[in-house]
Parts: sequence; structure tokens; C-alpha cells
Amino acid sequence: MRAFAPILLAGGALATIPWWGLPAFYESFLYLVLHWIVLATSWNILSGYAGYFSFGHGAFFGAGVYATATLASRYDVPFLWTLPAAALVAAVFGVLLGAVVFRVKRVRGELFALLTLAVTFVLATIVLNTPLDGGPGIYLSAVPIPKLGPSVASSFYLLALAAAVGTVAIAYAIYRSKFGTGLFAIHDDEDVAEVMGVPTYRCKLAAFALSCALAGLAGGIHALFVSYVTAGETFSITVPLTVVLMSVLGGTRHWAGPALGAAAITALTYAFTAGDVAIAGKAFTGVVLIIVILFMPQGIVGYVMARRRRPADAAVPAARATATAQAPVSPPPDTDHGPMLEVRGLRKAFSGVQALDGVDIDVRRGEIVGLLGPNGSGKSTLINVISGHYRPDAGTLQFEGRALPVRKAHRIARAGIARTYQIPRPFAHLTVLENVALPAMFGAAALNRVAAERDARQWLEFSGLAGKSNVLPEDLNLHQRKFLELARALASRPRLLLLDEVLSGLTPGEIDAAVDLIGRIREQGTTIVLVEHVMRVVMALADRIVVLNQGRVIAEGLPADVMTQAVVVEAYLGKPRDARS
Amino acid sequence: MTFPSSALLAQSVLSGVFVGALYGLLGLGLSLSWGLLRQINLAHFALAFLGAYISYQLASVGGMDPLATLLVIAPCFFAIGAGLQWLFARFEVTPLNSLLVTFGLTVIVEALIQWLWTADFRRLESTYGDAKFRLGSLYVPVPELLTLGMAIALSAAVWATLRYTDLGRSLRAAAEDAPVAAAFGVNERALALVLAGACAALAGAAGVCLALSYTLAPSQIYTWIGVVFAAVMMGGLGRAFGPLIAGIVIGVSEAVTMALTAPSWAPLVSFSLLIAVLLLRPEKL
Repeated sequence: MRAFAPILLAGGALATIPWWGLPAFYESFLYLVLHWIVLATSWNILSGYAGYFSFGHGAFFGAGVYATATLASRYDVPFLWTLPAAALVAAVFGVLLGAVVFRVKRVRGELFALLTLAVTFVLATIVLNTPLDGGPGIYLSAVPIPKLGPSVASSFYLLALAAAVGTVAIAYAIYRSKFGTGLFAIHDDEDVAEVMGVPTYRCKLAAFALSCALAGLAGGIHALFVSYVTAGETFSITVPLTVVLMSVLGGTRHWAGPALGAAAITALTYAFTAGDVAIAGKAFTGVVLIIVILFMPQGIVGYVMARRRRPADAAVPAARATATAQAPVSPPPDTDHGPMLEVRGLRKAFSGVQALDGVDIDVRRGEIVGLLGPNGSGKSTLINVISGHYRPDAGTLQFEGRALPVRKAHRIARAGIARTYQIPRPFAHLTVLENVALPAMFGAAALNRVAAERDARQWLEFSGLAGKSNVLPEDLNLHQRKFLELARALASRPRLLLLDEVLSGLTPGEIDAAVDLIGRIREQGTTIVLVEHVMRVVMALADRIVVLNQGRVIAEGLPADVMTQAVVVEAYLGKPRDARS
Repeated sequence: MTFPSSALLAQSVLSGVFVGALYGLLGLGLSLSWGLLRQINLAHFALAFLGAYISYQLASVGGMDPLATLLVIAPCFFAIGAGLQWLFARFEVTPLNSLLVTFGLTVIVEALIQWLWTADFRRLESTYGDAKFRLGSLYVPVPELLTLGMAIALSAAVWATLRYTDLGRSLRAAAEDAPVAAAFGVNERALALVLAGACAALAGAAGVCLALSYTLAPSQIYTWIGVVFAAVMMGGLGRAFGPLIAGIVIGVSEAVTMALTAPSWAPLVSFSLLIAVLLLRPEKL
């Protein structure tokens, strides 16, 4: 709530400008600033927060322009009534596009940028060649403009101001919300976000819809502001490029960045539009852009934020892995019977390699199952299939008596299963605290943001990272990152925890601390599947051992019994020479 | 919609091939720097136009043969490209930021061109200018034929270099896994300088071809971006013949669309094709 009041106050103060008696020039200039603030900030909701750089913002802006132009000129719909329609048309268009594009995993990064650019040109061609425009453009000078201020220019200014205040407030609300955290996680590592319970597809679609609706609104207002719209001008490469520049200049990871960038670039270009200096001004804009990107790659706001965060780091004391804080209370276990996780006939192949070849495993409530096997035996694939990262080719997975949703990782997380990654995959641009709060919001616990952060602090204390809550993961060493992985998995309050080689690469002292930690996790009633190569850890912790080899279960039972079986020794060390002949 | 005669259709296909050759030539350097250096170089278009204007100046004022201007342009542009790469390496520019930095460069080059040559249209009048010959029922314009020949020759040269020379093998290794390539003695920084220089020289070559067959204006830098990127993506990044083949597919489909309907429908085909490729292409690019 902290910034809503200043945003609204600033908006209210700016709303008095038309009555100051300034020349109309200022209102038109300020209109342009606000217009670009709406476009850049709306672009940032999907592209900045979630990292899906769109070069198609011109298409949604254009959809709004032509929605208003068509309704107002052909159907005599009053101007103000066309604006919601403009937003709606753009949003529907965005949702239809997103519903297709966001299902294709490959279309991320540059490919998404290119695809959205191509969509812009397709839409432009259709508009140009159909009665929507038809070629000569649409004149809107006959459409009456409602009188909101003392003059026509001030009416547009006030409309743009309302749109800008609304857009910035929405961007701020998302920035502070659970939804926003989900978007930032998608930006850093979409697959992990999904496994932590973020419904990535729906998040992206919602962000895209909002982003497009606001761009459509800006387009609707702008159609009447320019009063003559052409397809060439509306869908030119200028709109997408300019909003990208403004947002990157200001900083894409902050709600205020795009607005700042929009104001700066609009002012800059306006200062140089007059006659002789126009060319020099253009070159100067280019130079400013290059210098800012080279020296402040995070944008102006990002740069300032980073400068502010640094001094705090120095004061943080080194974390101790042997912290003995009490863990938050975990939910009481259900009391139904039968195994908690029941895996039957699970098969998974990767282009010819049969990674899982009919695996049957039961995991009972409250136990620690050690999952062993030589490299390439299918342990990690099994974890990946259970957590929903891969779709199995055949077989069934039952968790607490219900079938697990296939390939819907976020619903598996909600159901109460969490995992760690062998090589830690923290969200690089979220602080350690935010990294842990995310699964608390989106996992089985499903807390709100405030509760999640409170919980996250406890988990950080539990795993000995309390002193590091405000640093970024890049400042942690390997052992701390492994513990961050654990803290993240625990924060979702899972009933089943899949640990994929959490101890590899740690020193003996760090391993002892981790063994102690895993023991304490089990004491809270969490069931654990432990993939591990460090034998003394498995022997110390596991109640039962399952050995995989070449995608099949070759042995299971009590640790001491299993490890002496001939098939297990053979799988690890090969057949004795005399047995082979 | 009236169906055009087969002669007209054949002429459209031919002109589509020629336009496609220029798409491919413009896309070649772009594809190499994107695929092998991970840079999205918008300034490639600005460099091509700068090359076109220099060629125009040397040929129409200096009296040089337009093709001979390439001997001047290619080495100069190689130096410019290598210099820019040094800057990119110095500041560790990410792929996305490379897009923005090169956009800044494009704006600067556009301003420079506008300052030196004004915003008016310029047309290179040369011995090749309107030369054309008949092949059966088809007219073959000489400048476009030169463009096609240059596009094929340069694509083949790039293909052979990447495939058969140590330089090409090191480049592909460094693009695949830079740290491992470095461990095997590949000097990635030096390679990147050479490659960026070569890409800029390719932009210069495309510029000479632009000057041969098109009217020049500073603002036209931006009109080529969309369709050339489509050719680059469809052709596959870092593949020598990819942009040319994809460029010709796009060029021909555009030309046939123009002949069958109206010229203004042409972009629909190429960009729908690109969207389909992006969404349906099975393997990774």
C-alpha cells in the first residue's frame, strides 16, 4: 500500500494543470509523455516482469486504435464508450495469441520477440487490405470530443493522465503481489517456477491480457488525439522499439522503471524536434541509449536499487550451517492407509535410451527411502517424472490414493510434493528470502505474501541461512545454495520431499550438518525420497533402500541387507572375473 | 481475382528469386552473428545502407565501377565490425542488450546518412543500371542477377569456411561450448573479432547489391528488418545457406501473392510462414 497514495496524489496534483493557464503546447507535450508511460508500463507487465520480450506491442496498440476508429467513425459510438471496447479487443486478441504461443515451450526469448513482431505485420496487412482501413486511412476529425477540461488539448491530457495513473497503479499492485512474484520467477527459470507450484501458463496469459488491454486503451485515446489514423503509421516498428527502449532505459524489473524511461526519452526527443538540430538530436538519442545500456545494463532504477542494496550486504554476518532453530509446524499427516506414493510400471525413453523400464516403487508415510544406483540408472529421471517435469511414456503414479496429474508440475506441487535440484537452480534475480517465500505462496501451503515471507524467515533460520535473507543467490557459496534448495523445498510444506543429491560436492563437515538437518525434517513427519551417492549418509538416514540399474528396480529392502546382495555389488562394480567365464 | 498468364507468373517467380537473394545476402551476416556470437545485430541493416551510400558515392561521383567499390568497402567494414565486437566484449553485452545497443548504433548511422546525403531519394546510375537480357519469354535484369550470383558465391564461401577450415571448426566449437573450446586452445576473443569483421564485410557486400538495384533513402533502413529476420529464423541460425534458401522461399511466395492479388497483401504470406515455422518447427533452432 505504501506507493498507492503517492501515485494517486501525484495524479491528483497533475490533474490541476489544465487550469493553470499554460499554453496548449504543454498539454500536448505532457499528453505524449503520459501516452508513452501507459505503453511502456503496460509492455513491462509481461515483458519486463516475466521476461517475455514482446516486439508486438504495436499490434495491441494498433488493435485499440482501429477499434476506436472504426466504432467512432462508422457506428457513431460516443468516443468514451469506444475506449473499453478498444481495451477489450486488444485483450481478446492477446489472449487468443497467448493461448497458442504459451503452449509451445520453445517459443521463449528471441523467438517470442520475433513471433510477436511477425504478428504485428500480419495484423497490419489484414487491416490495410480489409474495410477496417482499406488503404487511405480513417479521418476522425468529425468525431465529437467530450469536454473534460477547459480545452480539447486538456481533455486528451486528462484522459491520458487517468490511463497513466491507472496503469502505473496496476503495475505497482502486481509488483507487490503473489502474482508478481510468480512472474519474476518465470523470468528467472520458468521450469523451476512451475515445479514450485507457479501456474506458469495462467500467469503468463493473465499478464499478457492486462498488458494488451492497457495498450489497447492507449491506442483508443491516441486514435482521436491524432484524428487521422493510417495502418503504416500505427503498426510501424516505432511503437515496439520505443517501448522496449524506454523500459530498458528505466529498468524492467521495477514498476516505476518504464515510466521513468518514457518520460526521459519523450523529453529528449521533444527537445530536438526543431529544424536544424533534428538530425543531431536523433544521433544524440542513439548515443544516450548506448551509454546507458553499456554502463547501466539494469536500467536507471535497477542501477539505483543495486547501489542501495550493496552496503547492507557487508553488515550481514556469515551464516552458520549448524543453526538449531525450531522448524515451523508442518501440517498433520493424513490418516488414510496404503502407501503414500505408489509407482507402477513407469516407463520413460529419451530418443532410444530407455531411462525407466517398468519401475514399481512404494513409498510409505513417514519413512526415508534411499534411492540408489550407478550413474545413468534412472534415479534423476524418476524424480523428474514424479515432480511433473517429464511426461511418462507409460505407467501410473498414485499419491495419497489419487492419480497425480501428468505434466502439470504446479498441481503436483500443490498436492504436496516438493523437490530439490542436484545442481541448485535458485531464481537468480530474487533475494534469498523471496526465493524461499515463493514456494510457500504457490506450493501446498498456499500462503499469502506476508505469511509466506514470515514463514520463509523461519525456514532460513532452520537451514542456517538467516543472515543471508536479503542477498542474491549469486553471493552464496555452493553449500549455502544447497541449503537454499532445501529451504525452498521445505517452505512449500510438502508431505513428500524428493532430495536429488543434496550432498554432492559438500565437505565432510557440511555433510554432517546436512544429515542433522534432514533428520530434523523427518521428525516433523515429512516423508523423504533420498537420491544420494554418499553411502554413509544413506546408511545413517534411510529406513529402506531401493536400487535402480538401467531403468529397473534390482533390489530393495533394509540398508544393511540390500548392500550386500550380489546383484547390487555387480551393478556397481561389475561381475567377478571367475563368475563371468 | 483474375489468374495471370503463365509468362507473367514465371516473371514473378523470377523476380521473387532475385528479391529473395537480397534477403538472403542481408540475412547471411545477421544469421552468423546471431548463431555464433549470440548477438542480435540491428546495426547490420544500418551498415548495409551505409555501404550502399558509399558505393553510390564512389560510383556516381568518383566514377568507380559499382562492383569495384566492394574492394574499398569490405576491408573498411571489416575493421568497423571488429571494432564494435571489441566494444561488445569489453562490456560483456548480453544478447538482449546487444539488440538495444545496435539499435542505438542504427539511429546514429541513420542520422549520419541523413546529414551527409540528405533524406532525399538517391539512385545509382551505372553501366549495369537498366541492363537486362531476354531468356525465352523472361526478362533478366543484370543488377539483380549479379545480386543472386554474389549471394550464392558468398553463402558457398561461408559454408566451405565453416565446414572445411580450422577457423570454421573453431568457430562452431566456440559457439557450441565456449569454455570447453577454450580449454582445447581455441582463442574465442580473437575468433569473435574475425567473425564480427566478416559479418560487417558481408553487410557491405549486401549494401553494394542494394545500391545496384534499389533507390536509397535513410528511412528505408527499417523496412527490411522484419522480412530479413523472417528469412534468418526460417533458415536456421548460423547456417550458411539457410538465409538464402529461406529468403528465396519468402521472395517467391511474396511475388506470387502480388501477382495473384494485390501487392499490399505480400507481407501476409511471409510473416504467416514465419509464425508457422516458429510454432510448428519440431527440433530446436
